[in-house]
Amino acid sequence: MGRAIAFMTRTRGGRGQMDWTDWVSYGYLFLGVLLMFGPVVWLLLSSFKTEADIQRYPPTFLPYQQQTVVVDGHDSPLPLFEIIGGEHEGRTLAQLRRVGLVAQMIDPANPDERLRIDVADRQPVERFALATENYTELFERFNFLRFFFNSTFITVVATAIMLLVNSMAAFALSKYRFRGRTTVLLLVIGTLMIPQTVVLVPLFLITKELGMLNSLWGVIIPGAATPTGVFLLRQYMVTIPDEILDAARMDKASEWKIFWRIILPLSAPAIAVLAILAIMWRWNDFLWPLIVLSETDNFTLQLALNSFQGEMQTEWSNLLAMTVLTLLPIALVFMFLQKYIATGIANTGGK
Amino acid sequence: MLQIISPMMRIIEIPMQYAQRKFGIQRLAWIFLLPNLILFGLFAFLPVILNFVYALTGGDNVLLNARPFVGGANFDTLTACASYFDPNSCERDFFWRAIHNTILFVTLQVGFMVGFSLLTALILNRDIRARGFFRSVFFFPVLLSPVVVALIWKWILQRNGVLNAGLDAMGLETHVWLLDRTWAFAWSVFLTVWAHMGFYTLILLAGLQAIPRDVYEAALMDRASPWRAFTKITMPLLAPTMLVVLVLALIRSVQTFDEIFAFTGGGPGSATTFIIQYIYQTGFAGAPRLFGLASAASIMLAFVLVVLTGIQLWINRRNVDG
Amino acid sequence: MKKTITTTAALAALLVGGTALVPASASAQEIRFMCSSDGNECDSIEGILAGFEAANPGVDVIVDVVPYQAILENLPIQLAAGSGPDIAKVTDLGGLHEFYLDLSPYVDRDYWEESFGGTLDWYRGGPDDDGIYGMHSQLTITGAYINRTLFDQAGVEVPGPEATWDEWAEASRAVAEATGTAFPMAMDRSGHRIAGPAISYGASLFNADGEPILVDDGFTAYVQQFVDWHEDGTMARDVWAGQGGASYQDAGQEFLNGDLVYYYSGSWQVGRFDEQIGDFFDWQVVGSPCGTGGCTGMPGGAGVVGFNDTEHPEIVAAIIDYMAQQENYARLTAETRNIPAHAAVASSGVEYQDASGPAAAALNAWAAQVPSISPVAFQYQGYAGNRAMFNITVQRVTQAIVGELSVEEAMERAKTDLAEVMAETTQ
Repeated sequence: MGRAIAFMTRTRGGRGQMDWTDWVSYGYLFLGVLLMFGPVVWLLLSSFKTEADIQRYPPTFLPYQQQTVVVDGHDSPLPLFEIIGGEHEGRTLAQLRRVGLVAQMIDPANPDERLRIDVADRQPVERFALATENYTELFERFNFLRFFFNSTFITVVATAIMLLVNSMAAFALSKYRFRGRTTVLLLVIGTLMIPQTVVLVPLFLITKELGMLNSLWGVIIPGAATPTGVFLLRQYMVTIPDEILDAARMDKASEWKIFWRIILPLSAPAIAVLAILAIMWRWNDFLWPLIVLSETDNFTLQLALNSFQGEMQTEWSNLLAMTVLTLLPIALVFMFLQKYIATGIANTGGK
Repeated sequence: MLQIISPMMRIIEIPMQYAQRKFGIQRLAWIFLLPNLILFGLFAFLPVILNFVYALTGGDNVLLNARPFVGGANFDTLTACASYFDPNSCERDFFWRAIHNTILFVTLQVGFMVGFSLLTALILNRDIRARGFFRSVFFFPVLLSPVVVALIWKWILQRNGVLNAGLDAMGLETHVWLLDRTWAFAWSVFLTVWAHMGFYTLILLAGLQAIPRDVYEAALMDRASPWRAFTKITMPLLAPTMLVVLVLALIRSVQTFDEIFAFTGGGPGSATTFIIQYIYQTGFAGAPRLFGLASAASIMLAFVLVVLTGIQLWINRRNVDG
Repeated sequence: MKKTITTTAALAALLVGGTALVPASASAQEIRFMCSSDGNECDSIEGILAGFEAANPGVDVIVDVVPYQAILENLPIQLAAGSGPDIAKVTDLGGLHEFYLDLSPYVDRDYWEESFGGTLDWYRGGPDDDGIYGMHSQLTITGAYINRTLFDQAGVEVPGPEATWDEWAEASRAVAEATGTAFPMAMDRSGHRIAGPAISYGASLFNADGEPILVDDGFTAYVQQFVDWHEDGTMARDVWAGQGGASYQDAGQEFLNGDLVYYYSGSWQVGRFDEQIGDFFDWQVVGSPCGTGGCTGMPGGAGVVGFNDTEHPEIVAAIIDYMAQQENYARLTAETRNIPAHAAVASSGVEYQDASGPAAAALNAWAAQVPSISPVAFQYQGYAGNRAMFNITVQRVTQAIVGELSVEEAMERAKTDLAEVMAETTQ
């Protein structure tokens, strides 16, 4: 036990040599990479498979497509199979239809003769290919850009409003001593830790009374004030020394100027974290938009994805493609901002 | 970015300067608070109050004036149980199933979550090459939407999915994972840990890095054993962060909904139906829609959450002010 | 400074652009039609309404295609809150009665009574109500499909029209075994679907006074059988056990993939099967098997209704009336491959547009099933509170299937659930 703990706590003193604790650490980390990235990579690869390829068991790692051949007298191209057993062994045949254990096949060179082949005796002729139609079909069947715009609009506007409103409140709660401050703080956080889900019914009524149903604002406004935001920012702003404020006041700076010229820049790391959290929350939001937005024109990507799941049942090919498109933007944001996310959460969330 | 913000801020400055002249600096705090308070009031306080009204009324009408007053009847039926340990003996058996499921889920999930986050943070805190890369890898799933997370794992775990293929290839027994009550529950725990542990790892890692190196070096000089260094230095210094992580994970865990809803739909049967889903089903997906019962259940849940939040606040206050 | 002005302008433009997204509240004559489809119903409706829009300039009918789940779960709340659409295609016909717009002041009563007869009652509030509320756009019957090709390959004889559930189960198992098919049987996860078989097993669902009882010996007998079939692998567990709550789940995709021998669903699947199965295999409608209480399926379907909160009742009525005209109704029926509920359309026969041989045969087979529907099934379909009974059935039967409760316990629970619902809704 002692050694195990040692390996986790000590930081390697010597340079160059790797001892067994390092090997174990790297082993754990690479396993982590596999477990964390593996599923997403698998999703990505699968999303480029044709529906037929997706149904295959056991699945292949890379997407393959069956070769097809156009035969006279048949409108659509027919899939090609190599026959690996039975009386027709060695021939390459095109399949007309397959039911249960028997397939009806023809030789492309001699399309009039129909052959009955046991399904165990045939093997598809395949090559590596990306089924990009999974993606292009999405754009044809759905107003994808509209959903994308809705999601983006909600995310950007809601994040902006939330940052402004929350940082103002956090400023008041951290830098002013006024009667009722503790009450406000306690009330705000105590009440708001109650998740939106449990007050769904009254929230719906209020949003309706404000005439915001079926509008993107109905998603944006109710989510704009979050306890986490106020709390996170306040905790950070408390650490900014009051002397800076006093010095600014001596220079006759207005309170608003102090707020946005001094406090906001100094709180940048915390604001960055909150911005990222807000983007994540709004982009991934599901239940509330589901209730507020009922017109397809107003659907967000998440709603479209879910309704797609419902309508297409187990038609995985398009569903997986849509999943990839939904996670792509957030993955990009993450790639560009990951340094800020990490340091930001480290500096604020942990304190 | 700044080009948009600056002019906007300048515009707001005009009324704010006026307000400052009129009310003075200290009372200006309320102006700063005002927009937030309005939003809180409308979308948080008011719903909570209305929620109580719903909880005390019956029927299936959403409009308050059309709902008959029933007093504590909703609470009575929810708590009517011969034995709280046996959901079958309760009048509202689904509610108690959801509670039992939630308690077991929270215990397991928070345990694994904190355990793995701590282990990962400790390893990442070592002198590791490409630490930034590994840290991002563990954090990445946090960003995925619940629907996406659920779909990814549904895809892997389906009857002909890659996991069964792998087990088959190794000659092991395959399962239709999500049709089995125990497995569906286990995978629900796994899925939520997978999706969220990066967040807690990051917080713990920050806590670890805030421990000054020279403390360890001093311990090393004293020839303290690594175990002693861990129990006497790391753990006590990390304790406040650990507490924050624990409480945060607890609060979030109790509220688990979206992922599981998209993952198993609460099934098979009610094996993965947790408390929020019970509320959603009773109030929104049911027929008739028993808003009163749903509100009563949500008030009972809210009570638990407020207690948990109180603990968190108390810890935070001790950390920040103390 | 100039830069500041331009960016401020840009900001203002952004905000204005944003507000433009808020739908101008009921501008001129915009009619919102909430629709969900199993196949192409919404597309077809949109096509037909294009004719209405051409004849009535200034009226803009917007068809919002939503998931079926949204019609079941979101629409009632929106209606209760007064924020629903103007028109919708619904399936909870009696349950939403209080929100319906009475079309009778705007339409030709005689034409409607003559054309839609009995289905008008499904939308009414009670026996004294003679309003006209909805156009039954598709009459449906529940029953089974089989994968005929698999039967032929297995060399198993297809049971005859009087065959019992037991005989079908046995035949399906034999076929699945012989052909290596994954599932012998499956039934949609729905309280409506399981009602027909239960009535066939002798369930009466209502007592002599017409009050709902749901559970009786016949009902329990079928549930016991159904659970046993899940136990021994006859029924595909994925459908009922794969979900929680009362959510709907079908097995159409499994049938399409040829993984299912016998699929108990309903007539609305014809269009989808016709389009997607092609010549992959032969499929056939076999209706509902028999039990001690008959060989009945459940009638049902969807209808187009207007809501009383609309600002343009006369336009809403005109739109629905337009759809109800014989030629338009015939077109809708033909395009969507459904059974007409419109008397004249039914009697003159529908020419199903490019329907393949199997689809035409299937539709005829469904139409032939209508006489075997039990009066209890009609009573259940016409009962306004049936949605609650469906949900109770699904939740409790699922519990028995996955082993959370025994069948007896589940049925006891179902009874008390029903009593609670009755108490709650009569308050």
